[in-house]
Amino acid sequence: MDLSEMVESLVYRKPDSLRDVETHYCPGCTHGLAHRLVAEVIDELGMREKAIGVAPVGCSVFAYNYFNMDFAEAAHGRAPAMATGIKRVNPDNLVFTYQGDGDLASIGAAEILHAAGRGENITVVFINNAIYGMTGGQMAPTTLPGQRTSSTPLGRDVEVHGFPLRMCEVLSQLDGAAYVARRSLHDVANIRKAKKALRQAFEVQLNGLGFAMVELLSNCPTNWGMGATDSLVWIEEHMIPMFPLGDYKVGPGVASVGGRES
Amino acid sequence: MARELLEGNVAFAEAAIRAGCEAYFGYPITPQTEALEHMARRMPELGRAFLQAESEVAAINMVYGAACTGARVMSSSSSPGVSLMMEGMSYIAGSEVPAVLVDIMRGGPGLGNIAPSQGDYFQIVKGGGHGDYRPIVLAPATVQELINLTVEAFDLAERYRCIVVVLADGCLGQMMEPAELPPMRAIRPSAERPEWALNGAEGRSPNVISSIYLEPLEEEEFNRRLLAKQAEIEAHEVRFRELALDDAELAVVGFGTSGRVAQSAVKFARQEGIKVGLMRPISLNPFPYDALGRLADRMRAFLVVEMNGGQMVEDVRLAVEGKAPVRFYGRMGGVVPFPDEILAEIRKLNAPTEA
Amino acid sequence: MQTEIIISGFGGQGALFAGQLLAYCALDLDLHVTWIPSYGPEMRGGTAHCTVIISDDEIGSPLVRDPRAAIVMNLPSLDRYETLVKPGGVLVVNASLVDRQPTRQDITTVMIPATEEAEAIGDRRMGNLVLLGALLELLPVLPPEAVGESLGRHIPAHHRDLLKSNLEAMARGAALASAARRDAVEPEAVSPGAA
Repeated sequence: MDLSEMVESLVYRKPDSLRDVETHYCPGCTHGLAHRLVAEVIDELGMREKAIGVAPVGCSVFAYNYFNMDFAEAAHGRAPAMATGIKRVNPDNLVFTYQGDGDLASIGAAEILHAAGRGENITVVFINNAIYGMTGGQMAPTTLPGQRTSSTPLGRDVEVHGFPLRMCEVLSQLDGAAYVARRSLHDVANIRKAKKALRQAFEVQLNGLGFAMVELLSNCPTNWGMGATDSLVWIEEHMIPMFPLGDYKVGPGVASVGGRES
Repeated sequence: MARELLEGNVAFAEAAIRAGCEAYFGYPITPQTEALEHMARRMPELGRAFLQAESEVAAINMVYGAACTGARVMSSSSSPGVSLMMEGMSYIAGSEVPAVLVDIMRGGPGLGNIAPSQGDYFQIVKGGGHGDYRPIVLAPATVQELINLTVEAFDLAERYRCIVVVLADGCLGQMMEPAELPPMRAIRPSAERPEWALNGAEGRSPNVISSIYLEPLEEEEFNRRLLAKQAEIEAHEVRFRELALDDAELAVVGFGTSGRVAQSAVKFARQEGIKVGLMRPISLNPFPYDALGRLADRMRAFLVVEMNGGQMVEDVRLAVEGKAPVRFYGRMGGVVPFPDEILAEIRKLNAPTEA
Repeated sequence: MQTEIIISGFGGQGALFAGQLLAYCALDLDLHVTWIPSYGPEMRGGTAHCTVIISDDEIGSPLVRDPRAAIVMNLPSLDRYETLVKPGGVLVVNASLVDRQPTRQDITTVMIPATEEAEAIGDRRMGNLVLLGALLELLPVLPPEAVGESLGRHIPAHHRDLLKSNLEAMARGAALASAARRDAVEPEAVSPGAA
């Protein structure tokens, strides 16, 4: 075989928008996937050098170590406010937050609600894995009824702890929200759909259409106490019925700006 | 520029604009809302950012975000609102971005009232939020000083990459006095923003702004850096005003509004022949420890006057180091003392039994 | 020399504006001045008063316990400030809303039916300027003509059409005060022009 005739073609690589480092995420965690999807979209949009990310408090607190772009680290729940401050003085930057369920739906509920209500021209990546990961598996505002966590050891009793919050459903009611969608990362087909939604959400911002959020149903094998594969099945069997997938808000003008699946 | 009759709240807002403030984020709260209203009108007409946030919590985090871009940014509030900002203040301190806050203090604790107070000295001067940090704190006593110190606050915030708090009270916020505004400074072009700022990593490696130092030794190193900065601030930024102290035997010490009320009392006491002068700290951090310490060598006694239960008096005692007695007179809850009350205290201090 | 004036009434009576007018005039004459308001908790209809201090020297406290003069526009204000005016000082009372005479003998007091007088000139809202005119007649802290000029300079644009009648209101107040002073037995200590 004539080696000189061999053609090497690169079929898979790290996006420029990710740094070439190992993450601290647990094996099997979908955070890595979500990071990659966001990074791929930013690469594809050619916006890496214009992007400013805002990291939350939670498992993805160190997101700024993994994304290869300007990044700020917010106080717990305040990422939408911080992103607002950045976007208002730097409207030409691509500004996004990356937040977990405790950050966005619990301690930061006011900030996300008002960012959406204002139609703040930012993109929000919302990771919902129904549990507090970083602090070791306590109840999240999205924990399912009956779900065992370290702070609901007998399972979430809705009589005591109330019901999970469905943030897409809530935020889609607001006039300022241009694009609100929920996707899942539990299998390849859904991962592809998630990427399209993310692209849509960033393009909404690039077109100045207002607030965009993609909720990604994610796993937490460690704190759910199951293997990675089982955790993906658990998303499908337990989370999706509580948090149905779909587009919750596709505001005026959004459909015409790329990205959206048909 | 000519002198105008200016209300304190409007004066500092306009002064901030002229100092090149690019963004204001705030939430209405008496007695400083006129500042927010001034910003609401002026900032958009200048093409700058104004936003009424959903809370002071959000407002200070918007300030934090905007400050990360290197833009000149501020908020203003009053005591209960500033309490809500303490989280964001700590993060701003922990990530060393420059920001300016004007706190027009009112009576407390709790919802308190809307009358002038100095009850938040401890909170602001000693840090306020969690962790080891001190903002620069400037305390004006007149509308003109409020203007000048607001302008200076932006410069100091950038020089030291820290929070500068202009600490005044409802009296100064609401009163009108003739004062002169500075000329309008040009906004710094965004291309000239500092190199640490977040503006997109175009042709450079990414910038990260974070207050996380997970390794205790690294956090300690960072804390040392803040301490070194504090030392530099103490060396260069002490500000105070002295009045009639040359031949004085007694010194009254007061900041802000209580300082200027004390000034009237000192004037009356002088007319009675009492050898008393006034020391008015303007920078509360850095506190004029040395200047007060030098005074302590030649004063018979000190009288500290505050609109609180006795807060700055602790710093005066630290400065005086027991060399002279330090008495305290305070009004609380939103009560502004009249000069005659302070005059009575000066007379007591001057009486032989008190010497 | 420092002169302190308190103007007090219900919200909406123009106490704050009357004080601001004094402050603007002091500014125009290059004097030191402070104006500080105090409101009741209600946005409308509560008590509203302001303290104005005019001085040829730096002003310390912007508040005083015992002003040299007070304009009281309602009964609660009379009750509160009559006792506080410095001996030899001036008290201008809005007789339209106050049904008792002041009792102090050591100050110059004058009762002016400001609302009726203002109505006669054309607008009852100018009662504050009738009272201010009376004050300036009795307490020569600022020349009335200068106050009139400052009014012309600083009156809000949407009230500019009222300028002429405003000046008339001040003149009317001054005339009433002057007449009242002629009729009254002057108290021993009064010397409004002195420091």
